[in-house]
Amino acid sequence: MQKTFDIPRELMTEEELLQPGMLSCQGCGASLAMKLALKGLGERTVVVIPACCWTIINGVYPYSALQVPVIHVPFETAAVSASGVRAALDARGEKDVVVMAWAGDGGTFDIGIQSLSGAAERNDDILYVCYDNEAYMNTGIQRSSATPVGAWTTTTPAGSIKEEPKKDIEEIMLAHHIPYMATASVAYPDDMYMKFKKVRHITGTKFIHLLSPCPPGWRIDPSKSVQITRMATQAKVFPIYEVRRWRFSKKRGRLEESWKYTINIYPDRELSVKEYMKAQGRFQQITEEMLHDVQERVDRKWDELIRKADGRPLTPNE
Amino acid sequence: MKQVIKGNIAVSHGVKLCRVKVISAYPITPQTTIVEELSEMCASGELDAKFIKVESEHSAMAGVVGSSSAGVRSFTATSSQGLLLMHEVLHWAAGARLPIVLANVNRAVGPGWNIWADQTDSLSQRDTGLIQIYCESNQEVLDSVIMSYKLAEKVSLPVMLTYDAFFLSHTSEIVDIPEIEQADEFLPPYNPEFRIDINNPRSFGGMIGPDYYFEERYVMHKDALEALEYYQQVCKDFKEIFGREYDICEEYRTGDAEVIVVAAGTITSVTRIAVDRLREEGKKVGLMKLRIFRPVPVERWRKVLGNAAKVVVMDRNLTAGLGGVFASEIQAALYPIENKPMVYPVIAGLGGRDVTPDDVEGIINYALSNDEPTDVPLFWGLKE
Repeated sequence: MQKTFDIPRELMTEEELLQPGMLSCQGCGASLAMKLALKGLGERTVVVIPACCWTIINGVYPYSALQVPVIHVPFETAAVSASGVRAALDARGEKDVVVMAWAGDGGTFDIGIQSLSGAAERNDDILYVCYDNEAYMNTGIQRSSATPVGAWTTTTPAGSIKEEPKKDIEEIMLAHHIPYMATASVAYPDDMYMKFKKVRHITGTKFIHLLSPCPPGWRIDPSKSVQITRMATQAKVFPIYEVRRWRFSKKRGRLEESWKYTINIYPDRELSVKEYMKAQGRFQQITEEMLHDVQERVDRKWDELIRKADGRPLTPNE
Repeated sequence: MKQVIKGNIAVSHGVKLCRVKVISAYPITPQTTIVEELSEMCASGELDAKFIKVESEHSAMAGVVGSSSAGVRSFTATSSQGLLLMHEVLHWAAGARLPIVLANVNRAVGPGWNIWADQTDSLSQRDTGLIQIYCESNQEVLDSVIMSYKLAEKVSLPVMLTYDAFFLSHTSEIVDIPEIEQADEFLPPYNPEFRIDINNPRSFGGMIGPDYYFEERYVMHKDALEALEYYQQVCKDFKEIFGREYDICEEYRTGDAEVIVVAAGTITSVTRIAVDRLREEGKKVGLMKLRIFRPVPVERWRKVLGNAAKVVVMDRNLTAGLGGVFASEIQAALYPIENKPMVYPVIAGLGGRDVTPDDVEGIINYALSNDEPTDVPLFWGLKE
């Protein structure tokens, strides 16, 4: 495994806030991701869960795998429910508690995007995490607007695989002028841990997009889920980066803003989109033409990212 | 202190007196001035609350579900389409047993767009588990906000108080605004037994299988019924401090009445006038004002209406293919009674059409002169 950077030992607690007994599938990225997220955030965290795999994973009444407060909320309300909890905790003087909305791609890209957009525009002081397994996996693999081109799902069956590109959720969120946006995955746990550690100290709406492998939905062997997720980053399909927005007052009281892009993981080996996709059962129907288009899009986005991350803060028109 | 204020302003004063901590709301005609007034109160510091200016009513309700779950007194307000958009979260709030108070300005549902008084919006939410209170005056609106929190927090269920668009929301009346000390005496700080508590982590609202769900709903039903019992205590306490009283359903000249009109909202006020006029003519008529509609005060309805020969139910709402919601539920409540009264269901005033004392007089005379209803329901004032 590629070593990105060392986590200082004293930062990593031995205490597990995710206990055994949860109901995830073998090789589930979402459960591993929660474990790492809570390692970074610590116990003064409230988790807000809309309808998603984690509704099940956390356990059936009267059990709960998480050792922090959890509130389950309707499908499309993750962000605003978190805003409500935030407002109440502020009223109670518990400002240091992090309120984390933890939603799937359906709850984020599709049904929950209105409430997410509202919370982000208000810059409510919440952390919103989308663990993106690229389809409605909890209901049995139906396409969402996060499903990539060429993927088979039960609603994009053989002969009708998905043709539309995935929504660019990172840019959508950045267009809301939020202070922090990052991508991460369980394939780079040290990077992910550090990001969750960091957001605790950022006020406003933080958005973290996790690529979250789903063996049944991706048609992969559970033992390969971390490896294939790493291939997504190596093929630059899912770059690992972060964007920090800064606001500062210039002379005459003008408010300026800028964005600093940082690519956190430069892959140790380069893969083609085809190599990444052909490693998964869900892409077996993809055509050469589709692969070509995806490769072009991926290359273009990577080039843009490199340009944005050249160390110079970007001004609004760039 | 007495002031001449509109219904929406009366609600806002009620919210302030209850020291609400979180408000989450979205503007809609004719509720808008509540949102404006509360924004002013929060901005000036007159009310120490966090106002989440959400992007929809669905989020408005979800926002207070979040805040109430974390144990602070929470408020929202809406009307018509907005209430319908909240529907899913209304069920959620009741199921989560959260004592949220929601003010709904009764307005017609589209299409076509109609912003005037009609109770179809709140009545179509009758299965959500919210306690429903119908108000007749701006004083009752303000007082009901305060009473609602007391009731909600005791039985752990949300309360929706409703009042008619424009007839109350935008009409000024004299309202005695209580002192904050009185409100504090009546309504102690909210301190729930269970809440999102960082020092006592629990999971709320997760998966629950057939082995527990059934009992959990049964308990909710029992607690809703208990709300009726407890409401008597709320009334008594309220009267002691504020000097005003609001019964579960108010009886007006029903003692010896042969015909009793059942009405909710502002139609109640005009019915009172019609009843007085007909009494002067020697006709034995009376009025039962519906105030609490959920939970259903079945026993009380039977007691008030059981001895009348005829019951006229005024519905400013419509379930197409059935008729009025109030009539249907009154009939169901009266069904087991021997020698039950003849029920005359009337649909009147849909979409804000005016219902005058003359109209109600005409409706009562129709009931008096017919041994049984000619139309079920009778659409009063229907144009040819």
